[in-house]
Amino acid sequence: MNWISQNLAQIGTLLAAHLAISIPAILLTVLIAVPLGRFAQASGRGRGALLAVTGILYAIPSLPLLIVIPIITGLPLRSAATMILALTVYGVALLARTTADAFAAVPAESLEAATATGHNPTARFLRVELPLAAPVLVAGTRVVAMSTIGLATIGALIGIPSLGTLFTDGFQRGIAAEVATGIVLTLVVALVVDAILLGIGRATQPWTRTLRREGAFA
Amino acid sequence: MNLFAETIAWFADPAHWVGPSGIPARTAQHIAVTLIVTVIAIIVAVPAGAWMGHSHRGQGTVAAIANAARALPTLGLVTVFALWLGIGLRAPLIALVILAVPSMLAASYSGVANVPRSTSDAARAVGHTSVQTLTKVELPLALPVIGGGIQSALLQVVATATVAAYVADIGLGRYIFAGLKSRDYPEMLAGSILVILLALSFTAAATGLGKLHRHIIRTQGDTA
Repeated sequence: MNWISQNLAQIGTLLAAHLAISIPAILLTVLIAVPLGRFAQASGRGRGALLAVTGILYAIPSLPLLIVIPIITGLPLRSAATMILALTVYGVALLARTTADAFAAVPAESLEAATATGHNPTARFLRVELPLAAPVLVAGTRVVAMSTIGLATIGALIGIPSLGTLFTDGFQRGIAAEVATGIVLTLVVALVVDAILLGIGRATQPWTRTLRREGAFA
Repeated sequence: MNLFAETIAWFADPAHWVGPSGIPARTAQHIAVTLIVTVIAIIVAVPAGAWMGHSHRGQGTVAAIANAARALPTLGLVTVFALWLGIGLRAPLIALVILAVPSMLAASYSGVANVPRSTSDAARAVGHTSVQTLTKVELPLALPVIGGGIQSALLQVVATATVAAYVADIGLGRYIFAGLKSRDYPEMLAGSILVILLALSFTAAATGLGKLHRHIIRTQGDTA
């Protein structure tokens, strides 16, 4: 506890750096994965290709990926952008699959009924398809957020600051309290972001009250 | 292009293929650690998860563990155990087992718990005891789901064993950390390529085993 009170400024800086990496990565993941998953779902071949590519991307270990990304992109090794890109790769690999499943589960009758009642394709997507897929999309985003926040700590190994810096610094200086602080703070950040996403999900889908329990476990 | 050539030169150097820190030795260590950790985690997680699934108890606990484990930082776990237990194999092994358990626990639970009630009841009705129902009926039916959980845990351990090299002299991750320390980018890149190749081989092997298992089940079904 002593260590925490003496190092509040450093903890605050690292917490801010951690959020500055994780939040853009989560947002980018949603912006890329949802359209990608939706379009892949629309074509059978696209779906197979998506599953194959995301399966391979997801199997690549994070530390090697962090080292390979700068060579492919020309980004500096120790930059937040490298970390955000790596986290987005994993996020998209996870969420694009979930998105394809979410849209696949929308009943065909609902779509036909929407067309029959005069919805054009855009209106049908926005007012019928997206709301019906939303519970699974939110559940998938929550899974991505949890793993992104945990994984962001890996960057500390190559010198990208985050709460993970508390692990490498604490290990080198032999301060267990510093490492423990990092673990607890990472879990707390994950739980807070998860609660926010849950809140957003409930606020935007007032009609899913009865589905909540399933959504929480999906 | 220069970096590319240097990395190829690193691989071509015969000195990197012999001795205790040569590529064959490091690869063997990495595979050994992965398999040991996975087997320990199977022994811990599968019976516990299967029994909870069989008795339909502890669903909330299993879900909470699986959920929290997603955000649990690997590096934090590895370093905190290394500080407690000192340099050596024990700390990374324990940390890796802890990381491998949740997905297997969740898969074993849901695999067994989702066996149709009528199937379990039928097993009891023809005279199976509770344990026999679990081992002879529910576990075989749950095997594909449990196998999936073991597969994802195995892949996670292959990847995470790289991070464990931060605190112990094991596996292919050593090349990455040695390269980082001496700013030897070709060595770092060579280590990364080796880890990626190993992880992809494990993925391919696991997928192949799954296919083989389904094939055996299908052919058995045909002859029965």
